[in-house]
Order: sequence, then structure tokens, then C-alpha cells
Amino acid sequence: MTTTNPLENPGSQDTVRPPIGKKPAQRKTVTFGDGSEVTGSVPWSVISLVGLMVVWFIVKVGGDSAMVNDRTFPTQGQVIKAVYDGFTEGYRNVNLANNTWTSLWRVIQGMFFAIIIGVPVGFAMGLSNTLRGIFDPPVELFRPIPPLALLPLFIVWFGIGELGKVMLLFFAALWIIIIGSRAGVLGVSKSKVHAAYSLGASKLQILRHVILPNALPEIFTSIRVALGVCWGTLVAAEITGAEVGLGAMIFAAKNFFRMDVVVAGIIIIGVLGVAMDFFMRFLERKLIPWRGKG
Amino acid sequence: MKDLHVDGLGMIYELPDGGSVEALKDVSFDLEPGRLLTLLGPSGCGKTTLLNILAGFLSPTSGTVTLGHQPITGPAPERGMVFQQGALFEWMSVAKNVSFGPRMKGVDKAHTAAQVDSLLGTVGLQGFGDKAVYELSGGMQQRVALARCLANEPDIILMDEPLGALDALTREKMQGLVLKLWKETGKTVILVTHSVEEALYLGDKLFVMAPRPGRIEQVFELPFAAQALTSDARKLKASAQFIQKREEVLSMIWEMEEQIMGHGGE
Ligand SMILES: Nc1ncnc2c1ncn2[C@@H]1O[C@H](COP(=O)(O)OP(=O)(O)OP(=O)(O)O)[C@@H](O)[C@H]1O
Ligand SMILES: [Mg+2]
Repeated sequence: MTTTNPLENPGSQDTVRPPIGKKPAQRKTVTFGDGSEVTGSVPWSVISLVGLMVVWFIVKVGGDSAMVNDRTFPTQGQVIKAVYDGFTEGYRNVNLANNTWTSLWRVIQGMFFAIIIGVPVGFAMGLSNTLRGIFDPPVELFRPIPPLALLPLFIVWFGIGELGKVMLLFFAALWIIIIGSRAGVLGVSKSKVHAAYSLGASKLQILRHVILPNALPEIFTSIRVALGVCWGTLVAAEITGAEVGLGAMIFAAKNFFRMDVVVAGIIIIGVLGVAMDFFMRFLERKLIPWRGKG
Repeated sequence: MKDLHVDGLGMIYELPDGGSVEALKDVSFDLEPGRLLTLLGPSGCGKTTLLNILAGFLSPTSGTVTLGHQPITGPAPERGMVFQQGALFEWMSVAKNVSFGPRMKGVDKAHTAAQVDSLLGTVGLQGFGDKAVYELSGGMQQRVALARCLANEPDIILMDEPLGALDALTREKMQGLVLKLWKETGKTVILVTHSVEEALYLGDKLFVMAPRPGRIEQVFELPFAAQALTSDARKLKASAQFIQKREEVLSMIWEMEEQIMGHGGE
């Protein structure tokens, strides 16, 4: 019997070399219940979209009722024309691009401030008992309040201009980001922190190189959730006191029974929401490729 | 190289319900530099607690620990730690993990790059520097953890069941690697294990610990780690001398387990 002594040459039996070229094709036989295998299917998504269009078409063609008639339910052609007109002539003297950009810019500003305040506060709450004690009451008290309930107050305090709307979005997003960041900090494994200390890292270095990257996945998730909430809040907020913005356009159009414009606005909001989520997922893949692999 | 002195160490955990657990009682020993000490004992006998005190993560309720006459008051790079698993930073490449300690100290890049290359070679992972750690197998990840610890040039290396999560074959190979590194670097190593065979094969000194309260039950001076340099691992583990020691230690531990079970049944 010949056995090799691992002590003489420990690497000899399994000195594995990095594979050359690409990953081999996956040959899994069990995919049902394997989350990593469910990434969607583009052809089926296209079919689904076409299906929705067909349903819309059929409902419209076959319908002549109180709910579906020419006043209440636009055709696809009318909506496309409304979008085209919106971008060329505008609706009620405001170009659709301007409406879209104004709404988008409000969301971006609200999110920006929510992130630059929410992440540090969430970190503070995850790192210090004192700060946790200080921030817990406001966070727990304000978190369940629907932002729209505060709209009257915000209008009185900040006016009906941009500031009031941005503040409202900030308020809508802030708590979500705080909670996400705090959870991210608390989720760091003790052995990682201990290892970093044993390797001579300072507290600041541990914050920067261990706790922050470890919290990034949770922070990203909270940003995505907050973005959704912001869009919902914004459109409702634009009902009052806004001349420009997708919500303002939708509500003006409703008053004149321009359902084509209403639906055009709704579709643009939907597309923007999806686009932003795609962008976030793209960033996630670039910035945190280790997500879910710890 | 520094001596480790442990004197009258005691650790009592206060429980939230008002009770307390005496995890360590009156643990005293000296360890000369360059020894490889293995800790063995039934679950709950305070092995992790002892290691965490040595690492500086816990401060004992009584007694003192000094390394080179300096009292241990907190974690420091002179005492490196290797965990069972999950302590690598998955947001860094293999090379960045290995160079973490030197980078935090601000050692210049060219020097760390050369050091990382040579360490990866030592642990049998040459060419893996740019890989992500989550792309590696469990055994390879532990090699990275060893290299990361060595890169910091600690005086003493503490390992809490470093091979516990590996399969039997990988585990034997890694035992060889641990011995090789110990011989080559001459560092003091303290290694916790649940495997009697591993404790006997790797340790040139072995503490068998007993629970309730956690204490050192018996000390063995062992020849096998030194012999492993010249003889084959499998033959050594099959030798009469090794088997006899293994049975002796095993029966000790079985006795303890039975006592625990007896207590539990009351
Ligand atoms: N943080 C803690 N709080 C309270 N009791 C603890 C704590 N950590 C450990 N203990 C108790 O102290 C005793 C020793 O624990 P320790 O983890 O050191 O044992 P161990 O020898 O490492 O066990 P194992 O072999 O299972 O890893 C156990 O009874 C355990 O329940
Ligand atoms: Mg343990």
C-alpha cells in the first residue's frame, strides 16, 4: 500500500488550479424549489405583455357599459397619441417630459436626503446603545404614520412648493432606510468582527471594511422598497398644489375626462418604477456580487 | 517569541434568569513559545471560552493571562485567530482577505503583494488571489483563513475547531498543512478540536478538559506531532502507541460524558 504523507507535501493531492475559461454549463436536475434557478424567462415575459395588450383590446372592443365606454376607457391608439402629443405639444401647457422629469426629480431628491440621513442614523442605532435609545422612540412613533396623513401639516409648514413635496417623500423613505441600515449592521457576524479586531483593524476600519460592506445588501433592499413607496406617495401628493408633475397631470386630465392622458400618465409611472428597479438591480450586481453568498 | 502564562483563570457567565454558569474554574498553565497545544473535551467544558479569553474577546471574572509578561486586555494582532467557518470577508477577493492585516497597518502595496503570493503558495492556493472567497470549497476557505492569519505575523495562533466543518479526507490533508505551517513558522499554536485523533496527532501537548466547572483534567506531552515530520500520517495513526493513547483519552472522555448524562438524568 502506498500512501503519501500529507505533511511532506500538503498541497500535492489537491493543488487545485483555477479553471480556465468560463464556468461549465449548469447540469442541475433539481430546479423546482432552487431559488437560484428562478431568474425569469424573457420570452414568457414578452408573451405576458402581449397578452395584457390583447386583454385591453378585447375589453375595449367588446365593451359598451357604464364602466367601459368611449368616455371612460381609452383605446391603445388614443393612449399612444396622448403620449405623443404630451411629448410634442404638452398637456395644458406643460410638456410630458417636464411632468415626468419634475416627478422623477422630486423622488430623487427625497430619496437622496433619506439615504444620507437614514443610513448614518441606522448605523448609529445598530452600533450604540445610547443612540439606539435616543432614536428608537421617534423611529417607532413616526414609522407607522402614512406619509399622506401628514400632507396637510407639511403644506402648512413648508408651503405648496417643491420643499413640501420633497420633505414628504423624505419622510416616506426615511424610516424604511433607517430600519434597513440598522438591520444590516446588526446582521454582521460576530466572528467577522472578531477576526478583523484580531488582524489589528481599528474601530473605524472595521466600520469601513467589515460593517459597511456587510450591511450593503440590506441597505439596497430598503432603498428599493422605499423607491416604490415614494412613487405612491408622490403621485397622491401632487393632487394638491402642484401644477407640474405626473400626479398633477393625471388629476387635471381626470377633471376634463381625458382618460387617455390619465392612462398615459399611469403607464409612464409604471415604466419609470420598473426602470428604476432595473437600475437598482444592475447596481446591486455591480456593487454587491457577494449578496446571498456569505 | 513570547511565553504564555495563565494563572488562576475563572469565568462565570451570569444568566439572564439570575443563575450563572461556571465555564472555567482555576485554570493555570504555562506555554513555552513554539508549542502546539491542543484542547479536547466534551461539549460545554469551556474550550471556546478559554480561547476567547486568550484572544482578548472576553475578560475573565478572575485570574490573569500574560503573553510575554504583557497582560492581555483585548484583541491584538500578536494573537491571530482562525474560526471554524464564516469569518472570511466575502466582499473581498482571496488576496484582499489575506492582505487584510498588513493593509490595515498601512504596509506598502508592493511588499504585501509579494507576501500574499508567497503565502498563497504555502497553503497550496497559488493563482487563486483574484478569486472570490464564495467560489472556493470549505477546505480552500480554511486555507485562506490560515494564510490571512499568517500574513499578520502573530506570535501565537488560536484556532477554534478550524477543521470541524470539513469532510474527513480534506480534514486529514488540512491537518498536514497545520503541522507543516507550525514546523515552518515555529509559532505557538493553540487548537481546539472535537476529534481525539486530531488532538493526539497535531498536539505536542494536549489538555483534556472537563466540564462543570470547566477545568483542565489531564495534561499529556505527546510525541506524534514531532514524529509526523519523518513518518507517514496514516501509519502513525495506526501505530500501537497512537492507538493506545487514543483509547486512553477516549475512555476518559466517555467517562465524563457518562457523568454528565447521569447528572442530567437526576
Ligand atoms: N455567552 C454565554 N452566556 C452564558 N453562558 C455561556 C456563554 N458562552 C458559553 N456559555 C456556557 O459556558 C460553558 C462553556 O461554553 P464553551 O462555549 O466555552 O464550551 P466549549 O467547550 O467550546 O463547547 P463546544 O465543544 O460545544 O464548542 C457552557 O456551559 C455554555 O453553556
Ligand atoms: Mg466551542
